[in-house]
Amino acid sequence: MDFFLQQLFNGLAVGGIYALVALGYTMVYGVMKLMNFAHGELFTMGAFLGLTLLGVFSFTEVLGPFGGIFVLILMVMGMVAIMGVLLERVAYRPLRNSPRLSAIVSALGASIFLQNAIMLMYGARFQVYPHGLLPNTPVSLFGVDIPLLRILLFLVSVFMMAGLYFFVQRTRIGTAIRAAAIDQDAARLMGINVDRVIQIVFIIGPALGAAAGVMVGIYYGQINFTMGWIFGLKAFTAAIIGGIGNIPGAMLGGLLLGVLETMGAAYISTAWKDAIAFGVLILILLVRPRGILGERVADKL
Amino acid sequence: MNKNAFIISVLLAFFACFPVLFSNPYWIGVLNDIWLYAILGLSLNWIVGHTGLFNLGHAAYYAVGAYTAAILSTRYNIPILWLLPVAGAAAGLFALAVARPIIHLRGDYLAIVTIGVGEIVRIALENDIFGLTGGSNGIFGIPRPEIFDMRIRRPWQFYYLIGGFLLITIWFFYRLEQSRFGRALNYIKEDETAAEGSGINTAWYKLAAFVIGAVWAGMAGTLFAAKMTIISPGSFNFWESVLIFAIVILGGAGSIPGVILGAFLLVGLPEFFRNFADARMLFFGAAMVLMMIFRNKGLLPPLARKYAGVPRVKGGDA
Repeated sequence: MDFFLQQLFNGLAVGGIYALVALGYTMVYGVMKLMNFAHGELFTMGAFLGLTLLGVFSFTEVLGPFGGIFVLILMVMGMVAIMGVLLERVAYRPLRNSPRLSAIVSALGASIFLQNAIMLMYGARFQVYPHGLLPNTPVSLFGVDIPLLRILLFLVSVFMMAGLYFFVQRTRIGTAIRAAAIDQDAARLMGINVDRVIQIVFIIGPALGAAAGVMVGIYYGQINFTMGWIFGLKAFTAAIIGGIGNIPGAMLGGLLLGVLETMGAAYISTAWKDAIAFGVLILILLVRPRGILGERVADKL
Repeated sequence: MNKNAFIISVLLAFFACFPVLFSNPYWIGVLNDIWLYAILGLSLNWIVGHTGLFNLGHAAYYAVGAYTAAILSTRYNIPILWLLPVAGAAAGLFALAVARPIIHLRGDYLAIVTIGVGEIVRIALENDIFGLTGGSNGIFGIPRPEIFDMRIRRPWQFYYLIGGFLLITIWFFYRLEQSRFGRALNYIKEDETAAEGSGINTAWYKLAAFVIGAVWAGMAGTLFAAKMTIISPGSFNFWESVLIFAIVILGGAGSIPGVILGAFLLVGLPEFFRNFADARMLFFGAAMVLMMIFRNKGLLPPLARKYAGVPRVKGGDA
């Protein structure tokens, strides 16, 4: 039972990260019906920028562990949000009215470009995050010892998701995003500036992804230029599990995938961990292609 | 048309004499790679270019073919060229089993599932599934192919073997394009609803196209195993799938000369820029984005179809 609870918390912590990245995919998909392959690379970029900033300025020593990491994450989020907007401007906006095939290929190209740009800038080897940025004392919860870091990770992602949910449900901009996701043309007729909405989506999504990137760096301690690919793929899987285009769905899907994968690794086999995630993806698409909370997917009129 | 026939004859003659004119094993080896990727590109072209199915996991079928050939030839000493149809059938059956339930999925969903399938296959190979695949070390000691008691081991010999198979591939897909089957696929790609309305069983045709592409990739896998004599899961990762996909898209989806040009550019060109080898994928990525913005049908897009008695309409195949 202890083992199970520990794995559960582990899964929730990882799932929170998947959920944060999945939100970027699902929001872009919701508004543009485009699978933004390059999102995973923005996540990697967040992790590497965090490392660079930590090298320039020792945030945690000056501002204390929590304040320091908070400021660091905010700065990285801002920088990656700018990159997200640039990405949309360069690689996606010219293809707004092209066939979907072209947009997907462009997204794939942007992903390959960014991944290799990161490799050329930072090198192909694993980079190590400084140790002990945050206190990592075990906390006793439900009778098991859980590392504080894991709990923090989970809480931060839940906090961000709650913030996003509030933003999308309760603000005017959020309403515009939801309207554009339902029907772009109708939204435009209602006086919504869809270009602005898309820009905002490309600010929020990459910012959340970047935060996840820094969190992964702190949590796992090492980062690599290819990590965005596997994380991105799993996050996209999470978005599909929850129902693509659906914001609470992405959160649910992320947490679910994190737990499933951790349990699979713990009780079945670590070597098959990644295969489990994709197996779940295929299963979901076979049994319930629209995901748990999502819209209809099958290609029919 | 005569001009085209002339260009094709000159190219054929040039490449037929290439190993005689330039006996440089390095460049012959590069051309062997180009031929192999052209075969793979043409097989994926049938799926992506003609049917419009987004397959980003083509390396999986290539891997199934290569491993089938490698396992059977090392364990049972079957001459590897005899295994071409067996490996093709294995890849085809695998594709049938995988694609049957997912073939109806919309573009990007299909893309992500095929990526997932590709990854599952690679992970399975790495984990030494059924104790047959040798884990991450792969399989080594694959016997060299033999034709009429001639053992094929030198680059120029492979040049003619793989080049010959490429010619068969070109002929096969050219004939298939002209067939009723090819026309049906074109219709599905252009307008699936209208195709279905005209009585085309779209699900069946899509599945058949997918399986044919996979069979051909499996046979290419056999040639790869025979050429390398050692195969490992690393050769069949996601980037392999992306490379094949990029060859098709950048060269010109749906166009045989386009795909061959794509193979030349994406496999051959990097050999001239070895100093920038690290930046190769960077250029690929940028090229894919720019190509989609400025020339989204690829470098050599397919010509409009011509039917007897009907004048060709400019841009009619758009």
